[in-house]
Amino acid sequence: MTATTFETLPAETLPAREATRSWWGDAWLVMTRELMPTLRDPFSVVFGLIQPVVFLGLFGPLLAGSVGDGLPGGDVWAWFVPGILVMTTLFGTSTTGANLLFEMQTGAHERLLVTPLARSAQLVGRSWKEMVPIVAQSVVVVAVMLPFGFSFSPAGAVLGLVLLAVFGVGIGSLSYALAIAVRKQDWMFWVVQQTLLFPLLILSGMLLPLETGPRWMQVAADLNPLRYVVDAERALFAGDLASSTVAWGAVAAVLTAAAGLLVGVRTLARSAR
Amino acid sequence: MIRTRGLTKDFTGGKGPTVHAVRGLDLDIAPGELVAVLGPNGAGKTTTIRMLTTLIAPTAGSAEVAGADVARDPATVRRRIGYVGQGNGAGHAQRAVDELVVQGTIYGLDRRDARRRAAELMGQLDLEPLARRKVSDLSGGQRRRLDVALGLVHAPRLLFLDEPSTGLDPHNRANLWEHILRLRERHAMTVVLTTHYLDEADQMAERVVVVDEGRVIADDTAAALKHTLAGDRLVLAAADPADAPALADLAARAPGARGVEVEGAEVRARVADAPTALPAVLAAAGARGLAVARAEGHQPTLDDVFLSLTGRSLREEGAARSADPVEVAA
Repeated sequence: MTATTFETLPAETLPAREATRSWWGDAWLVMTRELMPTLRDPFSVVFGLIQPVVFLGLFGPLLAGSVGDGLPGGDVWAWFVPGILVMTTLFGTSTTGANLLFEMQTGAHERLLVTPLARSAQLVGRSWKEMVPIVAQSVVVVAVMLPFGFSFSPAGAVLGLVLLAVFGVGIGSLSYALAIAVRKQDWMFWVVQQTLLFPLLILSGMLLPLETGPRWMQVAADLNPLRYVVDAERALFAGDLASSTVAWGAVAAVLTAAAGLLVGVRTLARSAR
Repeated sequence: MIRTRGLTKDFTGGKGPTVHAVRGLDLDIAPGELVAVLGPNGAGKTTTIRMLTTLIAPTAGSAEVAGADVARDPATVRRRIGYVGQGNGAGHAQRAVDELVVQGTIYGLDRRDARRRAAELMGQLDLEPLARRKVSDLSGGQRRRLDVALGLVHAPRLLFLDEPSTGLDPHNRANLWEHILRLRERHAMTVVLTTHYLDEADQMAERVVVVDEGRVIADDTAAALKHTLAGDRLVLAAADPADAPALADLAARAPGARGVEVEGAEVRARVADAPTALPAVLAAAGARGLAVARAEGHQPTLDDVFLSLTGRSLREEGAARSADPVEVAA
């Protein structure tokens, strides 16, 4: 079972010994594997742009007309565009468990569980994979909005995408945990995902400001980690890098990632039944 | 290569009773063996394989696989074994060659070597023309060969195959086995497979472990199992039912005859060797003027072995959808 075994087979290319890969290498490999089909069929990334474009094109002008002046900072696009980027991340990473469901049904997931790939790297790699098209989509959204007077801090935007990546790992891992938990009734995946998604979305102040809402909604929003991420994205895109808003957003993103990975890895260990 | 002691798996569902899937399994498999684990659905075959491949944790007992304990050091076990599960290991959205390259990289090859290894395996398994196809576009047999290639990327000394040929037609099954046996010879591999194809266990495996209700009920070569547990059989029908007892006396004189039964005009007996016993009994019957209406000699199958061990037929349980014509057990 050591290198000597392979030396008797000079005709073939075999691993030199029982190579141990790094955790980062594992996560990167899982991400690139998951990205392969996207690279071969980049059209899916274009489809992913439909939702943010619809919201920017049809919801944005309404927002500007109805509450435009009442928005914190007063600039509709500076307020709305960062929220749309968080929304794209939320939708992209929270649906990612559906891919895993399919691979659990076919057997590809099981095959990877028997390989030396670190289990947590399998979750993180799959979540990162969702971030690659999201970053591409974010660049397109920002570029499209520039002629409409959207201005932003480049350094803040880069940090904003990093924050989204951390947050996305958490949501992606929770989505995988959900997929594993409901693998015997796969339709439940969408029931739970949709039931949780919209309250979280509305109570984050992503689409409409919470300041005008009733008190109970504000209290509920204070308990929603997504709300801090949305606020932090707005502050970052506005160039307000060293604010406490950004710090709270980072805390919320890291806690979400930690909780997601904890739940995800524990669920993954039970997924092989 | 494999050593289990008291290996046990209970499944405790939320509702319903605890299922004792595997009960105190003691199994030793030496390097280089080709072992088939045979049994009806629900016998614990797949649960056993899943414990040995670190997919599920045993409830009790121990298992050492390829030199490491499955519970204490699953990472080492995973590095050393190859596994081809019941499903399709290759992701359906992926291209065949990409999955093989990824698999090679997982086991520590750099990208260049992983590509070279993928090319070698595709050559050995006749997958070359399909390299750039999407996995979902491959046929069942092609996908199965790709699954086997994925399990062999790192030339494991120990390969697990969980029902490798389910869903394949006889031609594809024979083809797949030809590949597996050739690769086994090349890599001096130990192979453990589960199957519910009786003829597959019979022809391919050098050793057959029969499991039922989570326990090993027999463990030997297929030939020895058939010889000791089932044996050859004769079935004769006398033209006149009154002659049946006399015919039974003749059958009882055949070498190794035992368990002679008479039912109406029919006489059934176990013998050492049906092909020589049958003409001998018929000649003796002719010499005495006993008219025989029908005569059959049966050589045993593994199903007869299972039947004599459990009183149930593997085929009756729907577990053995063999491609061969079903031979009805007496």
